Amino acid sequence: MAQILQRKSNQWSCYLREEWITSVYALIAPGLNEGSSSLGIPSLLHRNFVRGGRNLVPGAEASRSGSNGGNIAGDLDSKITTATRGYQYHAFRKYSSLYCKLGTFSRVGDLSSNHFLADLASAPTVHGVDIKKSFYNVFNSRRRNFMSMDHELNVLKDDVKTGSEIFVKNKKAMEELLLDLQQKVEKVRLGGGVKAVERHKSRKKYLPRERIDYLLDPGSPFLELSQLAGHELYTDDLPSGGIVTGIGSVHGRLCMFVANDPTVKGGTYYPITVKKHLRAQEIASQCNLPCIYLVDSGGANLPRQAEVFPDRDHFGRIFYNQARMSEEGIPQIALVLGSCTAGGAYVPAMADESVIVKGNGTIFLAGPPLVKAATGEEVSAEDLGGAALHCKISGVSDHFATDELHALAIGRKIVKNIHFAGITNRSSPSNVMSEESRDPLYSPDELHGIVPADARISYDIRSVIARIVDGSEFDEFKKLYGSTLVTGFARIMGQPVGIVGNNGILFTESALKGAHFIQLCAQRHIPLIFLQNITGFMVGSRSEASGIAKAGAKMVMAVACAKVPKITIVVGGSHGAGNYGMCGRAYSPNFLFMWPNARISVMGGAQAAGVLAQVERDKRRRDKTEWSEEEEEKFKEKVMQGYDREGHPYYASARLWDDGIIDPADTRRVLALCLSASLQTSPKETKYGVFRM
Amino acid sequence: MGGSGNAYRWALAALGNQTRPAPLRLLKSTQQRAGICSILPLLRRGEDHNILDATSNKTLSVLPLIGYRLSSTHNFSSSSTQGEEIPKAKYIKKILIANRGEIACRVIKTAKKLGVRTVAVYSEGDRHAKHVTMADEAVFIGPALASASYLDGSKILATALATGADAIHPGYGFLSESSKFAELCKQKGVIFIGPPADAIRAMGDKSVAKSLMSAAGVPVVPGYHGEDQNPELLQAEANRISYPVLIKATQGGGGKGMRIVHNEADFLESLASAQRESQAAFGDSRVLIEKYISRPRHIEVQIFADKHGNAVHLNERDCSVQRRHQKIIEEAPAPNITPEFRQRIGQAAVDAAKAVGYVSAGTVEFIVDTISGDFYFMEMNTRLQVEHPVTEMVTGQDLVEWQIRVADGEALPLQQSEVKLMGHSFEARIYAENVPKGFLPAAGRLQHYSPPSASPTVRVETGVGEGDNVSVFYDPMIAKLVVWGRDRSAALTKLIDSLTKFQIAGLPTNIGFLKTLASHHAFAAGDVDTHFIDRFKTDLLPVTQSDSIHEPSLPKATQYGAALAAAASVIKSRQERPDGLNSIWSSGSGFRLNHLYTRMLHLDWRPESGDSTPLPVNLKLTYEKLGNILVEGDKVGKIAVTGKQLPGDGSNLRLNVEEKSVPVSLAQFSQGNTSHIHLWEGDHHHHFSVPVPVHDTDESQEHKKSSHGRHERHPAQGPGAVIAPMAGRVVKIFAANGTRVKKGDSILVLEAMKMEHVVKAPMEGVVKGAELEIGQQVTDSTVLFQIESWIHRV
Repeated sequence: MAQILQRKSNQWSCYLREEWITSVYALIAPGLNEGSSSLGIPSLLHRNFVRGGRNLVPGAEASRSGSNGGNIAGDLDSKITTATRGYQYHAFRKYSSLYCKLGTFSRVGDLSSNHFLADLASAPTVHGVDIKKSFYNVFNSRRRNFMSMDHELNVLKDDVKTGSEIFVKNKKAMEELLLDLQQKVEKVRLGGGVKAVERHKSRKKYLPRERIDYLLDPGSPFLELSQLAGHELYTDDLPSGGIVTGIGSVHGRLCMFVANDPTVKGGTYYPITVKKHLRAQEIASQCNLPCIYLVDSGGANLPRQAEVFPDRDHFGRIFYNQARMSEEGIPQIALVLGSCTAGGAYVPAMADESVIVKGNGTIFLAGPPLVKAATGEEVSAEDLGGAALHCKISGVSDHFATDELHALAIGRKIVKNIHFAGITNRSSPSNVMSEESRDPLYSPDELHGIVPADARISYDIRSVIARIVDGSEFDEFKKLYGSTLVTGFARIMGQPVGIVGNNGILFTESALKGAHFIQLCAQRHIPLIFLQNITGFMVGSRSEASGIAKAGAKMVMAVACAKVPKITIVVGGSHGAGNYGMCGRAYSPNFLFMWPNARISVMGGAQAAGVLAQVERDKRRRDKTEWSEEEEEKFKEKVMQGYDREGHPYYASARLWDDGIIDPADTRRVLALCLSASLQTSPKETKYGVFRM
Repeated sequence: MGGSGNAYRWALAALGNQTRPAPLRLLKSTQQRAGICSILPLLRRGEDHNILDATSNKTLSVLPLIGYRLSSTHNFSSSSTQGEEIPKAKYIKKILIANRGEIACRVIKTAKKLGVRTVAVYSEGDRHAKHVTMADEAVFIGPALASASYLDGSKILATALATGADAIHPGYGFLSESSKFAELCKQKGVIFIGPPADAIRAMGDKSVAKSLMSAAGVPVVPGYHGEDQNPELLQAEANRISYPVLIKATQGGGGKGMRIVHNEADFLESLASAQRESQAAFGDSRVLIEKYISRPRHIEVQIFADKHGNAVHLNERDCSVQRRHQKIIEEAPAPNITPEFRQRIGQAAVDAAKAVGYVSAGTVEFIVDTISGDFYFMEMNTRLQVEHPVTEMVTGQDLVEWQIRVADGEALPLQQSEVKLMGHSFEARIYAENVPKGFLPAAGRLQHYSPPSASPTVRVETGVGEGDNVSVFYDPMIAKLVVWGRDRSAALTKLIDSLTKFQIAGLPTNIGFLKTLASHHAFAAGDVDTHFIDRFKTDLLPVTQSDSIHEPSLPKATQYGAALAAAASVIKSRQERPDGLNSIWSSGSGFRLNHLYTRMLHLDWRPESGDSTPLPVNLKLTYEKLGNILVEGDKVGKIAVTGKQLPGDGSNLRLNVEEKSVPVSLAQFSQGNTSHIHLWEGDHHHHFSVPVPVHDTDESQEHKKSSHGRHERHPAQGPGAVIAPMAGRVVKIFAANGTRVKKGDSILVLEAMKMEHVVKAPMEGVVKGAELEIGQQVTDSTVLFQIESWIHRV
């Protein structure tokens, strides 16, 4: 571009500008008639401009020399800028709905920059984003300028009417769900009740989330996992399952936090507590995140020992994981802020580095009462397993902290000093390719009104994608084939991703397309994002004949084997084999989150009721017993209720079938955080099993 | 002909630099005249005033200064002299600046403008100083102690010879008034940019100077300095001098043996008592008598003389506002004087200069009796003064350029009648000093330094920048703020505004004090005298905590400031860098899942009024969605703040607070064990600190009964601990360890800058823990020693 401008000198840019003006004029006109949504305009205009510029390259000096010639500044940059600004000016005139004033176009070159900026300021903004900024970003990109072919063909158009009745209704429904969720989260954040918290604080101890806040870089994000674990799971109330886990940054290094909540049942391990602890370790292991254990626990919950102690994925697995992660070079750090008895004593003992707080922290295999019972020895807790003993004599702990804040400060220092431990790569292909982050053109908040209040109503997954990816740009793959599965490339905060989303029931073609696309991403080391809204694969003779089972198997094979970071968001239903093909929990996605409206079960409640009623009716027929319509309805109702309860996100989250429930508006940010966390590992080569052809 | 060749060279220099109007007359013979004339109205005076647009005539109407700047360009030619032939040694092509700090930078600027190369010298303490980097070359000359570096004349001269410098500019202070050095330069054939050694010597001895001046008809303070102590003679002399008179002990000092006598009747009685006191204090009863001036003003006249016998004055300056006998605000012209008085005092100054055969820039200081309107010669400063910029501003001249050209043998560029006086100018000296502690000099690092932006009417002269240290070895002046206005009130408005915009953090400064001073009604009225600060002490100096009866409480404005500071700090950290994923985790977005992140913030308020205990400020911060920060405080309620960082160094932000949009500046840094946050908002400068918890990390200490985990706000100190009041050097120790002392006994003497500070015992007891040696440097708030009460030990 620069070469051309240098060679052609002044007249070229004049010509370009004028011709371009004409082209914009022509291209805007249809837009006016349609009264198209303002949201689509910026990209549209941009494309027009670019096209105009390109088309005019040949014969530039042939005609129109001398027009507007006197007004050109001597240097190259200003010419480009003027053209750009003029162009933008049009964009915003259009915005300001001054459609009729097309006559002003010819005067573009005379506009002062102030005038331009004034207009800019009055232009409506899309999703609170500075339009000016996003324009410049697009335009200033190194590989793309107004001469290139990279116009925004891929920007998702959106016809969501935010004022429509259905939108308002959906929004209201979603906001009710969110309010309920926030209230539940608010409640679990209080820990194990006022009394327990008071007693805890009287010992100069902080609550687990406060401890984490102190450890984190000030004001940095914290991605808490499974906030609602243990929700209505036991007869006892177990807020957050008695343990707080999550990912955050310490000295710029991502870490997995595992913090016991001693205000909940003394920090003892219920089965779900163990599961949550293990899940945190699993993520840490998968993503190469150093683990920081904030230990303050009474050990296994004795009455439930049978569900906590013996099995493979029980208490002992914690230490096994510590050992294996340490083996892989993933730092294991324990901060002993409270008691750490019996099995719990192995957390600091197995750690690479540990800190213990004077007075509050104790590590011993058996506490003073047990010691007295066993050996008759009378000893205080501090002398038996306090900080001084372990730092000076036993060597079980490495750092002596005078109080809790001191311990947390030492914890930060330890992380600072681990350097790149656990990071096996800093230059994965996906990292290198990342570019500047741009906000979506449409506000993520609009997702509240897009998701139908009634789960049976389907909606276009592209309107979700348009609200989570950079610039709402989505390069769709095989758009016309197997259209019930939407696949394509996009970027989230600059990171390239492959997106697989459901737009209805999976057919054979959809499954084949999915398998193809997943292989493509795995080949290129592009992380995959699954947006699940799936009732299952198509049934029926035609489907079976087309080999849908075979096609589905291909997709499942691809998903299971693809060694790229996978993140699943359940944005609607998650039923049947669709759950498998779309990377459900069993396929070990790095992260899996649900929206509050989501439902998960082997099939939809209504279908299940129908199937079960059918079975029941057949049975009754065999038994020759009466089954009235009323009874059948009741039966169906019961089944449906059961399915609804067990398919509810709270039920799923309580049992750790997911990693948490998120506000749809937070999806983009959560995805970005998860992607960033997932990319701490080196890319792995993907190999597949035998595809049934 | 040497003269015109020289002038031609200047003209070319002016052309080349486009900074200084060339002498018109000289160019008559050159082809360039037309060209130069066309640019003449557009030329600007120097970098200091660098916004005059060289392509726009608009500035002419905006700034009346330029009008007479043009007129100042005549006559710079030796051909205009009375025909006396001055041997022309050589042209000055290279100058060594035997100074540091802002004046060295100031000289370098003019030298650059003239195309003269510069050599800076620097001591150990100035390795990274601004003047070193500004100069064409810089030479290391020794340790930080001035006597071994900047005051070492032979070393500096040797440096000048080694670097091939033709001349030495001494600046002010250091060697500027050393006749010996001037002499030495002459011997070695290096031009000393200043007066001849004889003139320095003559003016250096106060009594010689006074008699010289008397002889030349310059009024001196009437007095009697004779040996004859006959009371009747003394009384007759007092009558001659006219009352009120001052009786002073010849050996006197510190006000002892000093009496003010208002009428003849009281004279003998006062004389007797003064003599008695003098005898008792100094063992000598001799006294002298002087006219007593009850409301003195300090007015000085800038004079300039060349080697051809020409001398002019460039109007007067009023430097009455002083603290610790040092000027802090100077102005030109002096307020409330008549043109006739100006003419008289100016003439007297010129006479004074001529009487000693003066050459170059000099200042004749007068004491002016505000009541009678009489003025008396006090002394003459044979150098360029600190406050010379105010004269430059009202006359449109570059005095350093004058100095260099006069030293080069040229004649003065202006006749007396051509010296203009236009508008009004103020200079405020920004010092690193602790105002509430009696203006004690301070030292430290300029963690944040952001002066108001320079313009033709605002000039900031400094030798430091952000990150530099103000060292204990030299003068603690950080910068000079010089402003110009159409008249005095316009200039004063500008001064107050510029002071408000002057941001310094990291060490205590007098900016707040200067602002209060400049805003004072008496100052605005021009009602100044040398006792001004004393006179309005209660208005000007902050009430210290010990003086105040009320329990200290946190002003609402301060909590508001704290709220903004906290929000600004968060907003600053929140700006996600554009590298997307790589920075998402380290951004200060405070993102939490399904709830908002809240945190408590505990700050300590550090009032500018110094030594009082910091007051705690407690705030609750909520990171709301869309970048809102919600700040809650008991006095300010809930404030929702949004905002963004402005381009630049990142310290400036624009905040939207409720319905207002306010610009703020923020500085955050840590010093020692404390993090500091400064916020400038409107007229306010808030300073808060965050105490960093101190942990006893020595694990072996754990059985000792110690203060584990305490959040320390002050260094450990017992009741008898004595803390260094400032950073400085121990020069004397009166009482070693184990000495019994009474309350108020002197223990040791600290020296910082030019001041000695006696550290006294705060209570009766025994000196303990004094592990100091003479010559040792101590930092601010070091525990010097402890006094252990011996009563308790019995």
